[in-house]
This record gives sequence, structure tokens and C-alpha cells, in this order.
Amino acid sequence: MRTTIADSKDYRGTVHKLSRDIISDWLGQLQAATKTDTKSAYLMVSGNCVEILRCFDILPTFPEINALQLAIRKNSLPYIIKAEEIGYASDNCAYVKADIGYTLDGGIGEDGTIPKPDLIVCNFVGCNVYIKWFEHCAEIMDVPLVMLDIPFLREDEPSKEDTQYVITQLKELIAKCEDLTGKKFDMDRLREHLAYSARAEQGWAKAKNLCKARPAPYDAYFDAINMMGPINALRGTKEAADFFDAAVEQYEHIVEQGLGVVDDERFRIVVEGPPPYPYYRNFRGLFEAWGAVAVQSTYSTVGGTWENGFCHDPERPLESIAEQMIIHNLCNRSMIERYKQIHQYITDWHADALVIHSVKSCRLFSAGQGDMREHFIRDLGIPTLMVESDLEDPRYYAEAQLKNRIDAFFEALTYKRLRSTAAAEAAAAAATQGD
Amino acid sequence: MSHAAGIDVGSTQTKAVIVDIEGRIVSRTLIDTGANVRRAGQRALDVMMEEADVERSRIGFVVGTGYGRYKIEAGDTQVTEISCHARGAHTLFPGTRTVIDMGGQDTKAIKIGEDGDVIDFCMNDKCAAGTGRFLTGAAEVLGLTLDEIGPISLKGTKPVRLTSVCTVFVESDILSYLAQKRKIEDILCGVHQAIASRTISLVRRTGIEEEVTFTGGVARNTGMIHALEEKLGVTLNVSDDSQYTGALGAALYALDHVRAGQQKAAS
Repeated sequence: MRTTIADSKDYRGTVHKLSRDIISDWLGQLQAATKTDTKSAYLMVSGNCVEILRCFDILPTFPEINALQLAIRKNSLPYIIKAEEIGYASDNCAYVKADIGYTLDGGIGEDGTIPKPDLIVCNFVGCNVYIKWFEHCAEIMDVPLVMLDIPFLREDEPSKEDTQYVITQLKELIAKCEDLTGKKFDMDRLREHLAYSARAEQGWAKAKNLCKARPAPYDAYFDAINMMGPINALRGTKEAADFFDAAVEQYEHIVEQGLGVVDDERFRIVVEGPPPYPYYRNFRGLFEAWGAVAVQSTYSTVGGTWENGFCHDPERPLESIAEQMIIHNLCNRSMIERYKQIHQYITDWHADALVIHSVKSCRLFSAGQGDMREHFIRDLGIPTLMVESDLEDPRYYAEAQLKNRIDAFFEALTYKRLRSTAAAEAAAAAATQGD
Repeated sequence: MSHAAGIDVGSTQTKAVIVDIEGRIVSRTLIDTGANVRRAGQRALDVMMEEADVERSRIGFVVGTGYGRYKIEAGDTQVTEISCHARGAHTLFPGTRTVIDMGGQDTKAIKIGEDGDVIDFCMNDKCAAGTGRFLTGAAEVLGLTLDEIGPISLKGTKPVRLTSVCTVFVESDILSYLAQKRKIEDILCGVHQAIASRTISLVRRTGIEEEVTFTGGVARNTGMIHALEEKLGVTLNVSDDSQYTGALGAALYALDHVRAGQQKAAS
């Protein structure tokens, strides 16, 4: 009998443990910072400029990560309801509501788990709901707000003016950080942090590319969370860079041994959309029951689309930060670009199907997924399943309905595979008779 | 082991079918599901065996389908009702390429291939708007039975326009039209048209390709058949066994297992 990673009690392996350790350290730093005068700042995950903050020893805090941690620990609903009580609509982004509810409940600051930020940096990338989210945080906590205006990418490449526009704003942010901390900006230190970022990003790309192996060494949707923490929360640090060196080594070892995530990798899928964090394990189980493994996912690239070869360049520090914010992340690009990204994943990672998990409370990111579904089925002939729940709000998760759709989808794929196998056998038999 | 059975435990009713080794229906039954899903599945099987005079030992395989499929103790395996409706509809009408299945709490559009395989499907999400439950609500508020509302709706000449197909708000909508002294047939005509419109937008997501077969409990409703045909501009295939389509599909999946077992034994 074949051994799989799942046979081990250390189910998600070394990478999971390493990830858990360095994220716990970071969360410990956040907790400690609530009691000290360590400077901290809010930042968005997607397309951010965290390396600039690191030059000033400003501890980055990510409200999205706060929200998802509440959800995965099944604690999000009371905070969502608290936000609704002050007027947030039921269909507002549940990330926003959970974080705002948590803030109102005293979760941020001296008595909480996350330090009250000294600065709120909204690196608005694609999602304009974040503007209101960070504005509200700034208002509630009476904290200065820096709103970076990142031009949405409508063409393949940004114009020189767009890039220069972002660089100018980065310089303004640097000046703001100098005022806040009393420290002088050091370009060499920025280069050092960018070098760590680049090493982590190259590691990320290698790790993702290892999922082209059959069987895939890890699930690039559900297990990718182990890599998302380090790349998103700790980018620009030595710890993150070292983590990816170790992760790649571990995954290469798994590939060499021919191990897979499930006993029998029957279906290779690409997943679009964030997972339902309140029911993360349940949702994963619905796919594992069919031997379906995600070999790529778009959500894992929300922080950056590193697998295409881009990484920060210490020799072009501000330029490469600006380019990452405009181009090399999931959210600041058009739906057509997302189509291309998914199609490349399906082709290059040898996937059988696309699964879209649409998020009920994310109108901005989910809008257009109906068209996406039609595009992949009708124009490209790729089997596509679309299911819906929510990334944060447990009230939108209906497991019986999700299971029904997922089961029906894989039943159809199984039947199709059986039929094509039977046809191939019949053709081979006919050819043998002809000989 | 000359027979196979399919049991479709739906939200409202449980349907079951026994087929012989040739795939012919030898017995079928329909009972209310009630609160005990497990008992409903077993009861349906017992009733069928008695009616067809088929002993349990002659039923080689049982497939469960519907929302209660995992609760059927007699079930040897489970297949979703999406696959089962596709298989059943294709068996009843081999030219079927689109299936509209309207049940108690959900409506499905299924696109199928020449061999009856599922190519694509869409369902209503976590909301019973525009399903059989909506019709039940409308019938209840008008003091009519489900069997009565379809034929009455066909008499409507000036259908009312419903603002939504929410099963919760349908009652207040209907009461307001009654207060305006609108005719019951016009109200019911509007109710059926509203559901038909919502259903067709669902079906368009998978693509409407003829022949179109209408299955599920609501397919017994002549008013709904008319409303759908009018909006689709095509004639629907509707079988007298429409309610049993899912159970038939399940029985045919079960029959695959029986035949495979016989082949294995023969070789």
C-alpha cells in the first residue's frame, strides 16, 4: 500500500509546523506590542509596500488576517453581528464587519490581541471597499490615515506615468514614516528587506511549480495557507526567506518520494476564490472525499503573483515596489487577466477542472464569476463548478447544498472519464482485430 | 439478484422505483418523507416490494438519492439527484438535452449529453424562492390544494405582477391582490409566470438546448408546464412518471451494479 502524507499524524508536514511557528511568533510580537510603545501600522495584504514600513521598524498589522483568524477559529459571527448592529448591511464584506466588530469590542489596543496602530496605510489595490474599511478604522481609533491611490490596471502594462504616480506616493509615505518614528530613511536597508522579499518570492514560485508533479506534494488551495502566512505577513524578513528555503526543500523531498496529499489523486483542480474559513476543514473534506486536489489557486496569489517570475528588485527598489502594487497581484487586474491566469494554471499544472468558490459578501471580487464560469465551460470546454458560501460569515455556509453540487460535479467527471476509457479500449480492441 | 432499486428521499416526498434486469419499471411508490428520513426510505422500499411481490433477496443493489440519501439504510451507495435526474430523464426521453427539475425546495437546470451524462448544472442557492415551496405557500394562502392551483391558473387572462418570488413574501403579495379584488385565476397565473421567469433565467445559465424535459413533483402542475412552455417557446417533455425520474435514475445506476456483478460472476 502506498504511503501518503495524510498517513502521518503530522498531516500537513514540516511546512505546516514551520509556518505555524513563525506566524505564532509574529502574533506574539503583536500581542507584546499592545503593552509597549512599538510602532505599528495597518496595511492591506494585496499588493502592499511592507518593506518600507520595515525600514522604520514599524510592525505591520493586517486587518484581513485578523478577520480570517477570527473565522478559522469560529469566532467571527459575534463580531459580524456587532458591526451589523451599528449599521453595516448584511451583504457588506464580512471581513470588514468582523474586524470592525472586533475593534469595537476592544480587541485592538492595550486590552486586546493587536496593538492600536500608529498609522493606517490603505494601499487600495482593486478592492474599493477597503477604502471605507480603513477610513472607518482611522475614525474609530483616531489614527492618521495614508491613502495610497493605485491606478487599476486596464492594459497589460501600466504607463510610465502610473508607475511614477505610485512612486511619488511611496516617497510621501516614507516622509510620513520619518515624521512618525523620528528615523531617517535608509535606502540600503530597504534594499536589504527587498532582497529577503525576493528570496521568499522565488521560493514561493518554486513551491507552487512543484505542484505540477503528479501527485501534487500539497494542496495548492487548502495547504497554500501555510505559505500565505509567511509571504503575506512576514515578507521582507529573513524568517520568511528562510521559511521558503525550507518549504521548497521539504516539498522537493515529497515529490521525489512520489507522495500525494490524498491516497489516490483522482482529480486535479484549480480553485478560484477564497475558502470558507469558518468551515475550512469541512469544505476541504468535500473535495478530498473525491480524491480531488487543488494544484493551483488564484486566492493564494492575493498577496502577489510570484509564480510568473516577478520578484522585488533591490536594484530598483521603489520601482519594483510600485510595479508589484500595480501589476503583480491578483486584485488590481481586470477579469480578463484573471481568466488568463486561471487558464494558464489549468494548462501548465495539468488540471482536470476549475472550481469557483464565490463569496456571498464580496460583491467586488465575486462579480463576474458567473461569466467566468460560462467562459471556461462554453469557450474553453473546461469542466467548471461554481459553489457559493462566504469566506467569513458562517451563516452563508450550507454544507448539504455544497456537498450536493460538489458530489454531482465529480460524479459527472467520473462518468465522463469512464466513458472515454471505454471508448479508448474499444478503439484499441478494434485496431487489434484489424491487425 | 434480478432487480435493482432506487430511492429518492426528497425534502417533501420520498419516491422509489424497482426495475428488472432489462431496466423496465416493475414497481414505484411515493410517500410523504415526514420527519424520519431513515424510516421514509425503508418504508418506500417495503411498500414497493409488497406491491410488486419482489422479495428483498431479489434486489441486488439499492442506490439512494435526494437530500436524505445518506440516511437510507438499505442503500448500497449514493448518487446525487442531479446525476439521477439526468439519467432518468434521458431514459424516459432519449432526445433530452436539458432537464428542468422542480422539487419541493430546489429547482435545477441540467444540461446533458447524448449519452445522458451531465455536462453542466445550476441550482437555486440556499433560498427556496421560485421552487415548489413557493407554490405551496400560494395555495395555502388561497385555501386551495396543490392539485387545484395549476388548472385554475390556466383560466387567468390578466396575470398580476409579483414583485418577488420570495416564499416568505408571497403571502403578503397575494393578500394585497385579494384586497384589490383581483381574480384568483389572475393571481395564480401571475404566480406561475413569476416562477417560470425565475426558472428560465436559471436554465439560461446552462444553456437551453432541445429537447427539454420537465421533471420533479411540480411537473404534475399543468399551469407550470404552460407557463414554462410559453416563456421558453418550446414544448416540454413531461412523463406521467415525472415525479419518479430521480428514483428511476437511481434504480438504473443500481442496475449497472447488478449487471456488472452478473458479468463478473459469468466470467
